[in-house]
Amino acid sequence: MNGAGALDQVFFYFFAALAVVSSVLMVTRRNVIHSAIFLITALLATAGIFLQLQAEFLFAVQIILYVGGIMVLFIFAIMLVHQDVSLKQLRYSRQKWVAGVLGVILVAEFWFALDKGGSLFHPGAPISGGLQPNTEQVGQALFGGYMLPFEIASVLLLVAMVGAVVMAKRRI
Amino acid sequence: MLETVKPYLWPVLFGVIVVAVLPLLAGYVVLLERKVMADMQARLGPMRVGPHGLLQPIADALKLLIKEDIVPLNADRVIFWLAPVLSVTTALVAYAAIPFGPGFQIADMNIGLLFILAVSSLGIYGIVLGGWSSNSNYSLMGAIRSVAQLVSYETAAGLALISALMMGSSLSLRALVMAQQNQGVWFIFCVPIAFFIYLVASIAETNRAPFDFPEAESELVAGYMTEYSGFRWSLYFLAEYANMIIVASVATTLFLGGWLRPLASVHLQIPGTRMEILDLIPPLFFLALAGYCVLRAPRQPVAVQKVFMLLVAGFCLLLAAALGWSLTSAEFLPAIHGAFWFLAKVFVYIYAFLWIRFTFPRYRFDQLMNLGWRILIPLALTNLVGVGVALVLHSARGWGLFPAFLLTTLATLAVAGFLVNEGDKRLKVVAVGANGE
Amino acid sequence: MDEYSNRGGSSVSTTELGADEIILNMGPQHPSTHGVLRVKLKLDGERVAGTECIIGYLHRGVEKIAEHRTYQQFAPYVDRMDYVAAVSNGLGYCEAVEKLLLTEAPPRARVVRTILTELQRIASHLLWLGTHALDIGALTPVFYCFREREEILKIFEKYCGARLTTHAFRIGGLQYETYDGFEADVKRFCADFTHKIDEYETLLTLNRIWVSRTKGVGILTAEDAIALGVTGPVLRASGIKWDLRKAQPYAAYDKYDFEIPTREHGDTYDRYLVRMDEMRQSQRICMQAVEDIPVGAIMARIGKVLKPPPGEVYHSIEAPKGELGYYIVSDGTVQPYRVRVRPPSFINLQALDKMARGGLVADVVAIIGTIDIVLGEVDR
Repeated sequence: MNGAGALDQVFFYFFAALAVVSSVLMVTRRNVIHSAIFLITALLATAGIFLQLQAEFLFAVQIILYVGGIMVLFIFAIMLVHQDVSLKQLRYSRQKWVAGVLGVILVAEFWFALDKGGSLFHPGAPISGGLQPNTEQVGQALFGGYMLPFEIASVLLLVAMVGAVVMAKRRI
Repeated sequence: MLETVKPYLWPVLFGVIVVAVLPLLAGYVVLLERKVMADMQARLGPMRVGPHGLLQPIADALKLLIKEDIVPLNADRVIFWLAPVLSVTTALVAYAAIPFGPGFQIADMNIGLLFILAVSSLGIYGIVLGGWSSNSNYSLMGAIRSVAQLVSYETAAGLALISALMMGSSLSLRALVMAQQNQGVWFIFCVPIAFFIYLVASIAETNRAPFDFPEAESELVAGYMTEYSGFRWSLYFLAEYANMIIVASVATTLFLGGWLRPLASVHLQIPGTRMEILDLIPPLFFLALAGYCVLRAPRQPVAVQKVFMLLVAGFCLLLAAALGWSLTSAEFLPAIHGAFWFLAKVFVYIYAFLWIRFTFPRYRFDQLMNLGWRILIPLALTNLVGVGVALVLHSARGWGLFPAFLLTTLATLAVAGFLVNEGDKRLKVVAVGANGE
Repeated sequence: MDEYSNRGGSSVSTTELGADEIILNMGPQHPSTHGVLRVKLKLDGERVAGTECIIGYLHRGVEKIAEHRTYQQFAPYVDRMDYVAAVSNGLGYCEAVEKLLLTEAPPRARVVRTILTELQRIASHLLWLGTHALDIGALTPVFYCFREREEILKIFEKYCGARLTTHAFRIGGLQYETYDGFEADVKRFCADFTHKIDEYETLLTLNRIWVSRTKGVGILTAEDAIALGVTGPVLRASGIKWDLRKAQPYAAYDKYDFEIPTREHGDTYDRYLVRMDEMRQSQRICMQAVEDIPVGAIMARIGKVLKPPPGEVYHSIEAPKGELGYYIVSDGTVQPYRVRVRPPSFINLQALDKMARGGLVADVVAIIGTIDIVLGEVDR
């Protein structure tokens, strides 16, 4: 039990570190494709954390849709734009020092708040069985209680698709 | 410490075996393809390297390993290296979920099917990054077309798989095979249209003819693999054939009963023993094969080929013995026979792939996309609705399984006919348009 | 008619590019251009807006060489033009010179010539079918076609010693008598051949993918075909029933009963059907011809040194690819003053622009294949 818990922690720290490092690298890379790849690894790390939280459906769907669909389209869009343009652009604006100082102040505020208010947080006891069986529960929630938002979301996606087709096609 | 590691030992061992054996298997699938291609083209295929060309894959692998590693000028070296690695890794990782037999699985996940779909969609990056990092306009175009094709047919494939899912009520591949065992019928007999859609979509997923326009040599735009040579190219090739085996395995598991023997619920026992007559088929098959090899051995022209045939006969006898022995031991019977039937079905599916490749010309890219979006996806959706209706009729209204599915299959076929008809009418319009422009 | 005249420039030039147009170069090294052909395509997105063929990579100066060889010495050179159908080239040339000499080959020679030419037509169409199917992606028909072609080439080898560049005919008739077993070989080949064509048809003719790749692709209307001077199966697929074997019979074609297959639409599918039917008709001619080959001399009495009277002649035959014409001018010496070849592939290739314009880039390969060009003939 203890051993399993330790292994759990190892995986969590691995995924968490991967997510943080990928995110940082994503915004600091000069080459846009490299940024996209680091975004992909960040998303994969998030999927790993989902898996750890026993939300395996979300893990699979995150990979299928986000990494396997949305990021592919991101990469298409990046590839069809000339690389030279992005490489020659100015990286950080001249206000980077101001931004840095503000960032540090923000971190200090967060630290202070979490430190002092830590005792005020009472995370509830985890429900045993939690998100299991994840697929069935998600299905029942989506098609049961949350049917209306689901349908509205799908209509929204349909409108977006039709709009994209109308804008991109030369002749209807 | 051992307690924490123990649950990981067996899967890791199995994983190592799969990763070691699978490239070899994929290599022999390449040889199989060449031999089947030759057979269909009235010739012999590789015959020189090893008896009947059996050492050909090894020779090819060696050759590719010792080739010069060429990286195009101004190519992004890291991504150039990464792309084939991604393709192969995802192809191999997908094997984790596939059940070769009742206990024979690296990891029985309760989202097994979704896992395989997720890993396949990761494999797309191997293609698109490979095409981009080659620093060639044509490779990029080829890669983008290839990926567009993959993404389109993934939807249709997923929808087709959902039909089997609905019948089995689980995403776990093992549970789906058990469902087929419990219901006593392979899902292909209930949802043949879903099987057919999955067959077509999986051919498109693996970029095989007739959907191999992005990689065809005689077309203007060369494929994403153009700038890759030597071992990097062999990784891509390996990934393609490993993918073929995966889609065959998935189709077998979901539609063809996985490791189940045909007529698994029919128990015809040999009087006096506890063995079943139908279970005798595997050992008898290998005995027959061994007999055939022994009979053909004297007719071989060269001595080394005679010896080889006898060796093959010996090998078949060994397999027959193993299969026959396992009939007596109850604990190994399901596993070993299960593996035999699973591999036999995968082989049949792959043979269908090969047969289709050498019979049909290839589709033009726009025709391919047309087929995917305008015919397969609507058909898959209709089929989904039909399967749902059939299941409701069966469970809520008490209809028999077959009548309900017969009805919905006929309805879906009618829709298919309508869709194809519309497609043909559009073809005529396009033909006139092309000339009138 | 004005659109066909070349206004002194190429149809594809970088100065006239529209906003979205690019120029794509195909060849000269390309697996599907059937030789060293370079095609510059002006593309508007996926559509072809113009094509320009740049030829000459296989130019060997054959017509110039003719001026410095005697008539018999030039005969082997003509085989090398359309190297896929060498026998037809030889037939055209020998008959043209015979016209100049005001003689005719004896009946036996004419019948044997007909048989060999029709076999060569089948062989040429088989090669066309195999490579065209291969371009479109069907990997198997090419092997079957070559299997049949092998039988024909074996017959040629037994007859004149060569498979490809046969030099089978001589001016005035034939040099070699038919070998023992020639009739049996031809009969055996023809008996099997209809089944084989049916085999190819089952693979391709009703196949949805084949039909959708070839129907409506590369349409050439009848008026365009006539205006461009296109001949051969390309012309007949556009609806014009014109075949020199019936219109201006030569060799022994007037003795035999055969049909001229035509179709109306003029697309790639129709050209495919026309050539398949032509193979059947050739087989029919061979069967009739081999039944009764007249006995007699195989060579006309023309002497060893050929000095045709000064004059000119144009003689054309129906080669597998179209109308193959020889315009020979003689000045009374042993060497011709001028030999001009009318190569069917060269003239048919000019229809590429009309056929490919407005279509997709991916169809250009299919269209080049369907015209059935041989670069040896285009460039000479």
